[in-house]
Amino acid sequence: MKMQRIPFYAMVMGLIIAGLITAWLRHTTTEVPFLPGEQKPVWLIEARIDFVATGGQTTVRLDLPDAPPGFRLIREQAASPGYGFAVLDDNQNRRAEWTRRQVAGPQTLYYNAQYLPVSQNSSAIEAEPPQVAEVFWDEPEATAARELLRGALSRSTTPASTARELIKLLSPNSPDQNAQLLLVAEPQRSQLLVKLLNQAGVAARTALGLYLEDARRRQNLTSMVELYTEEGWLLINATTGEQGVPENLLLWSRGEYSQLDVIGGQNSRLSFSMIKQTVPAMALSQVQFQDNIFSMLGVYSLPIEEQSMFKLLFLLPLGALVVVFMRVMVGLRTAGTFMPILISLAFLQTSLIPGLISFVLIVGFGLLLRNYLSYLNLLLVARIATLIVLVIFLISILSLVGYQMGLNAGITVTFFPMIIIAWTIERMSILWEEEGAHEVLIQGGGSLLVAVIAYLLMSLTVVNHLSFNFPELNLIILALILMMGQYTGYKLSELRRFRSMEQFD
Amino acid sequence: MFISPFKLRRMGMLGMNCRNRDFIGRYNDRRLYPLVDNKLETKLLAQEHQVATPQLRFVVKEQHEISQIEKSLDKLSGFAIKPAKGSGGKGIWVIVKRDGADFIKSSGAKITLEDIRRHMSNTLAGLYSLGGVSDEVLVEDLIEFDDCFDGFSFEGVPDIRVVVFRGFPVMAMLRLATHASDGKANLHQGAVGVGLDLATGRCLNAVQFGKPVYEHPDTKRSLKEIKVPDWRGLLCLASRCYDMTGLGYIGADLVLDANRGPELLELNARPGLAIQVANGFGLLPRLRHIETLKDKHYRTAEARVDYVMREFAAKTLL
Repeated sequence: MKMQRIPFYAMVMGLIIAGLITAWLRHTTTEVPFLPGEQKPVWLIEARIDFVATGGQTTVRLDLPDAPPGFRLIREQAASPGYGFAVLDDNQNRRAEWTRRQVAGPQTLYYNAQYLPVSQNSSAIEAEPPQVAEVFWDEPEATAARELLRGALSRSTTPASTARELIKLLSPNSPDQNAQLLLVAEPQRSQLLVKLLNQAGVAARTALGLYLEDARRRQNLTSMVELYTEEGWLLINATTGEQGVPENLLLWSRGEYSQLDVIGGQNSRLSFSMIKQTVPAMALSQVQFQDNIFSMLGVYSLPIEEQSMFKLLFLLPLGALVVVFMRVMVGLRTAGTFMPILISLAFLQTSLIPGLISFVLIVGFGLLLRNYLSYLNLLLVARIATLIVLVIFLISILSLVGYQMGLNAGITVTFFPMIIIAWTIERMSILWEEEGAHEVLIQGGGSLLVAVIAYLLMSLTVVNHLSFNFPELNLIILALILMMGQYTGYKLSELRRFRSMEQFD
Repeated sequence: MFISPFKLRRMGMLGMNCRNRDFIGRYNDRRLYPLVDNKLETKLLAQEHQVATPQLRFVVKEQHEISQIEKSLDKLSGFAIKPAKGSGGKGIWVIVKRDGADFIKSSGAKITLEDIRRHMSNTLAGLYSLGGVSDEVLVEDLIEFDDCFDGFSFEGVPDIRVVVFRGFPVMAMLRLATHASDGKANLHQGAVGVGLDLATGRCLNAVQFGKPVYEHPDTKRSLKEIKVPDWRGLLCLASRCYDMTGLGYIGADLVLDANRGPELLELNARPGLAIQVANGFGLLPRLRHIETLKDKHYRTAEARVDYVMREFAAKTLL
């Protein structure tokens, strides 16, 4: 007997583990939060382009970030009336393009995007290492650069340490004459560093980054240097020598593309403003992971109408669990095994107090009418059919009276399962005749108690959220139900029923 | 208010969950349920296996037969009307004698032939059957109660419930109707449950509404005088119900007829748990003991009854 139980417990454990793992995977891959109402910070960044159009065809191209490390693009849009707008994506280089056939005078274009901070993924190692650019200097800079490099290379071993040494030498208060000479020829410190690194045989390029600070306006991109190491591209701040991408830096542009092209305009200017927002994690997850396998297997891929049906369906297992618990462990008697779940589902639509009142009213009136029906001596099927019709009339009357009295709850009475109610009335009536009113009260009260407990559980926001977004958690409920199906101990009610055994102990 | 579950466990009380899963679920083949849920089938099966039952007079199966019922009833003065699929004694009318054209029920109420017709019609329509399915009406001879129970029952039928597990009677109880139970033998309605010693058929202990009683509440007769005659024959009859139905865990409801001896009234595939309270101890140790026995050593009802009369004899009586 014990041996037979091993596969059973293995199956129960399997169900629980499968439920938990699926829910965890769904949580990690699609970032659906476990708790409802969770908020996440996102950066709303707005790029503003000002220029004066010359009157002819105008094309404006803005380089856009390509998968910046530490951030994920949630959505982007452009606000620029009168312009055609498109985001072009060629060779992994995203560019926004505005076009207009005829325009003159000062123009302002806006592009905004929402970025979600994420954990930094290590930058990808490119399939073939990038080419080192050829560097040309005029004299005397060529000699100065050679001298500077010789000094730096003698004190360093790796590309990163070379860069560090060069930045030290190029610092504003550096006593090095060669550095001073080069800085005069190339005032852009990052450009100079890129040139020197390439000359030293290290592939390097400039990058433009945007430092994110809440509620800043008119910000400019900061020039940075990226050099290629064995672990991929490494970002270095040419002024401070800081390595790696800081958390609040969004790498807007990498590589040697021009940041802003304006054809048919002049005096162009690019500036950024940014603001930190919080958005519901749920909505964020839906926007981002529409194509994820878990989202496709989730309910959200269905039309809204079906979704709301599933919302109720996925709550049913919990109701079933409550019924099993109340009957197996507590020993509560209910009228009809699963009738309480249907009542509690109706309560979800009507809300508790109006639902309880209308349910008791309908069943009460129904019992009165059924009492009269028993005098007619009808056959069973005809009697129940009559009851169904009468219950429908009762419900319509209740709705109308409720509506006329200005109670919205009146209308929602129609959510009660009428055929189930007709059967309930029939069974309660027979129970009344056979066992007396006491038993009717016990079973009716038991059913309502189970329905109310199931309702209270099912109306919890957490429960709603979990059952709808993580339907796999129902596997755990299934496992619990299976476990309770094996319970052979005493019910709570039996501890009371057998209390007179005390005297025999 | 509540009793500790450990105490119940120590007393070997069988709970509902355990009964359903470990005994009814394991030993009662669902295929065989119709044999006991339908009294007509039980009766036919009993006749086949020579298990004594009250004499069946006739069966009403269709509504149109009811109009000709008069002729069939003519020959009978006292009889019992039973729904074939009724449970818990519902819908059973006991007619003790005639009064001219009318009939007298065991409760003393006078009823007409029309009343009997309506009752039969309701029964056929399924008023008393589980789930309201259409039913049949059995008309049987009255049982002439053995006078050993005189003064022990008020208005109603004293019957003996024996729980039979794999053919072994494991516990027995005599149910005595009282004024409080309205002549019915249901314990929760106030009938007195008398636990019977398996070895002797004598009273072990008696309860009404879960409280111990020592005399019949209406007749005041001392319950310790109870001794069921032909006790071994009665247990053998109960035991044979297992061979007859193949159901491993059943409750057999038996009566003692003055002339015909023990007779089977009906079988129950889901016998209740109240018998334990009447006996003052739990079923579980006996059931577990029987589970360890090998079938092949106890092929006959007599062998099984002899075994339990020896093994489960009570040490003290009331």
